Amino acid sequence: MELRGKLLDISNLKVSFHTYRGVVKALNGVELWMDSGDRLGVVGETGCGKSVTSLAVMRLIEQPGEIQEGKVIFNGTNLVELSEEKMNRVRGVEMSMIFQEPRSSLNPVMKVGYQIGESIAKSKKIKIKQTYPEVKEMLRLVGLDPERVMNSYPHELSGGMSQRVMIGMGLASHPKLLIADEPTSALDVTIQAQILELLDELARKMGNAVMLITHDMGVVAEFCDKVLVMYAGNSVEYASTAKLFEKPLHPYTGGLLQAVPRVGRTDELMAIKGTVPDLVNPPSGCRFHPRCPHAMDICKVERPPFVEIEPDHYVACYLFKGKSEVREDG
Amino acid sequence: MAKTVKVSKPFMDDLKHTVFLWRKSRLTMVGSALILIFLLMAAFAPLIAPYDPVQQNLQDKLQAPSWQHLFGTDQFGRDIFSRVVIGSRIALWIIFLVSVISGSIGIIVGVTAGYFGGIVDEVLMRITDMFLAFPSLVLAMAFAAMLGPNLTNTIIAISIVTWTTYARLSRAEAIKVKSQPYIEAIRAAGGGNLRIMFLHVLPMCISPVLVQLTLRMGTIILTAASLGFLGLGVQPPTPEWGAMVSDGRNYLIDQWWISTFPGIFIAFVVLGFNLLGDGIRDMLDPRLRR
Amino acid sequence: MAETLIKIKNLKTYFPVKKSIFSKKLFVRAVDDVNMYIPTGSTFAVVGESGSGKTTLARTVLRLIEPTSGEIEFEGKDILGLKGRDLLEVRRNMQIVFQDPYNSLHPRKLIKNIIGEGMKIHFKITDVEIRDRIAAVLKEVGLIDDHMYRYAHEFSGGQRQRIAFARAMVLKPKFIVLDEPTSALDVSVQAMVLKMMKEIKVQENLTYMFITHNLSLVDYIADRVAVMYVGEVVEMGDKSTIFEHPSHPYTDLLMASNPVPDPKFVREKRLMKGEIPSSINPPSGCRFHNRCPFADERCEREAPELREIKPGHFVRCHYPL
Repeated sequence: MELRGKLLDISNLKVSFHTYRGVVKALNGVELWMDSGDRLGVVGETGCGKSVTSLAVMRLIEQPGEIQEGKVIFNGTNLVELSEEKMNRVRGVEMSMIFQEPRSSLNPVMKVGYQIGESIAKSKKIKIKQTYPEVKEMLRLVGLDPERVMNSYPHELSGGMSQRVMIGMGLASHPKLLIADEPTSALDVTIQAQILELLDELARKMGNAVMLITHDMGVVAEFCDKVLVMYAGNSVEYASTAKLFEKPLHPYTGGLLQAVPRVGRTDELMAIKGTVPDLVNPPSGCRFHPRCPHAMDICKVERPPFVEIEPDHYVACYLFKGKSEVREDG
Repeated sequence: MAKTVKVSKPFMDDLKHTVFLWRKSRLTMVGSALILIFLLMAAFAPLIAPYDPVQQNLQDKLQAPSWQHLFGTDQFGRDIFSRVVIGSRIALWIIFLVSVISGSIGIIVGVTAGYFGGIVDEVLMRITDMFLAFPSLVLAMAFAAMLGPNLTNTIIAISIVTWTTYARLSRAEAIKVKSQPYIEAIRAAGGGNLRIMFLHVLPMCISPVLVQLTLRMGTIILTAASLGFLGLGVQPPTPEWGAMVSDGRNYLIDQWWISTFPGIFIAFVVLGFNLLGDGIRDMLDPRLRR
Repeated sequence: MAETLIKIKNLKTYFPVKKSIFSKKLFVRAVDDVNMYIPTGSTFAVVGESGSGKTTLARTVLRLIEPTSGEIEFEGKDILGLKGRDLLEVRRNMQIVFQDPYNSLHPRKLIKNIIGEGMKIHFKITDVEIRDRIAAVLKEVGLIDDHMYRYAHEFSGGQRQRIAFARAMVLKPKFIVLDEPTSALDVSVQAMVLKMMKEIKVQENLTYMFITHNLSLVDYIADRVAVMYVGEVVEMGDKSTIFEHPSHPYTDLLMASNPVPDPKFVREKRLMKGEIPSSINPPSGCRFHNRCPFADERCEREAPELREIKPGHFVRCHYPL
């Protein structure tokens, strides 16, 4: 199959978790792709699988979870089939990840400078002390005072500062892809704005692609040029940010956008009826059908394929028929 | 529309998950098996024991294990097997009472200290520290000697020595719980301190204490056995395992069975509780629980 | 002029910080001399980031935290000196919904007991009456009476917040503090819960104090707004005034930082600098001066007072915008 994204192409990714309640079918055939330099926003609500997808890409899914099917092609290599040893050379080097909790990758009893140095030293096989000039440069790059930060312990740094350190560590190896899983959700809004500006600036300078996972449509609108909407383990819509906000096709995307409050909005917020499904016993066919105002018989039987409806606009919904025809219903 | 979820108590869900994890660990199952045997033995003791454990029969004294006397006889002609079997009841009784008494004292002291904080906490914790300052066996010996050696006093002595762990534990839990929003909500609704402490905080402290109780059961038996062995615990002719080991002290070389069989049973029961306790602790470790 | 339900005067809540016996006594000045009035029947939003003191303020108003000094009046009467029966009566009228849906309902109690406990404390009423009232209030929040026989963990985040709201409402209070009630919820669930709260407010004649950091929510639900920064109120006024003419540079910064869900909107890139200062050692003079693009040496030296620049519009700034 021809790749849709030259940097990253995920096709039919299925991930399940074996718990005492049963098998949680977290990812049900996810489709996602990116080109170099892309800013892809991955949005969805609880249980949509956006975080699981990013962990699967980094091959960080552990028992009781496992990747059951699908391909994750990164720069021509299928990461799913790679040995752990080879994956270690990709993870943290060509592809890195930062998380929501800014101090998640920092050891609380070691000084920050030492820890950053340690991560650099490992990949370059040099002594930690030798990495210090590089560490200082990195801290300056993310807008921090090197002397002050290097000698601090993680708890002495504020949330915003820690997140900057995380970003620095993530970009230290000049990866081609930075995955950011809700990097600003735990931060104050004025700090969030700073961090997003920093990510933007650095991506421009270093040319890396960014996969930004978030539930905040405002952040997506501001930062991302392309958006993938996920629901209950499936990709349901993909388009450029402008297109998605202007003309959302999938009923879920439409519902989501109508529920987002906005300063200056005069119409009443609309909620989507129902709740997110239980992934142990998900609905048959299209997982959104119980909540969809336009559900048809076929929606209950078979999951709709993720197809291109208009140039670079993909939807998984039977309301639409391929590139040839766009049929609006209701 | 409300989603269809089976109505289940959080306890049931936890239990299902726990069973799922329990099955995975061999050692835990071994421990559980040992304890099960112990419990069955204690439950059916009078039916299993062929002879009266305290009946002396001097003609049959010091006999080696045989088909008539599975574990042999001691210097008074008493059947060791019967004594061991009946002794399991005594062991179980001790474990049960000590757990209930020390657990209760511990929880009440701990929750009160943790909930009120300040000077109440300071005073209660210093009292706890006083008890903790002594090595537990030494302190138990002191109390047993003071009160007089018998079964009741053994239970009291061991309880006095073990409650402190549960106090510390429930205090820590109480401190965590008291600042939770669901407790603030009751205060906002007008709930007073006593209501909150007993109806809301205390129930949350019971599970960690229960786990700790299970982990300590092996130690309780050992302490009782040690006291018995030293003559400070249960007195003859009551067939307490530790006292039985002591009984056979002078006959170790030629009539090894008098001390050995009760000793083996002590070891197995302690081992069983330890394995089970380790398993329980691992199962409850939030990281391993996934 | 609308009657004032709650009047807060010179409220201070300080928390002592124990360093060592040798160092000077330090305090976290969580709420530092706050003045505000909440009109009856309004939704009064308190906006701020971490360290602003909004959460401490919410709890102090309910006396879940005791203030260090100041006055709080409910319907004209000071509630800070009250004890026993009188305090209980006030508690019945002032309730709260917390931010965390997963920790605000007792994990080991039935919903029936969680909601019903307040009633048992305040009224001498039979079990049947309690059950009926709980059923009624569950229906109002969009759940079914059957739910009262379940446990909290069986419900989703949105449903839990509804239950928490039902609990707040069951005593028929006049005033409810909503402490970031939807920030832990998904967007579509948030919409449902907010709509429900808006409708019920009208039906039951409630007054809300709505704590949040999200300006979009403030626009949706509030009538009056107070903006807090490091323990102080820096701006206060009607919602429309605040959004159309933000007069304090911090309010302006908040507005500008708020991500807008519209790709066509281009946010002016600002030289956003600085971290939020600590409440133990706030900056001298105006607490915002080290991040303010318009600050001068007067701002560093002299702390501005909260002044009424237009009827009902208050700003704490030497040079309001």
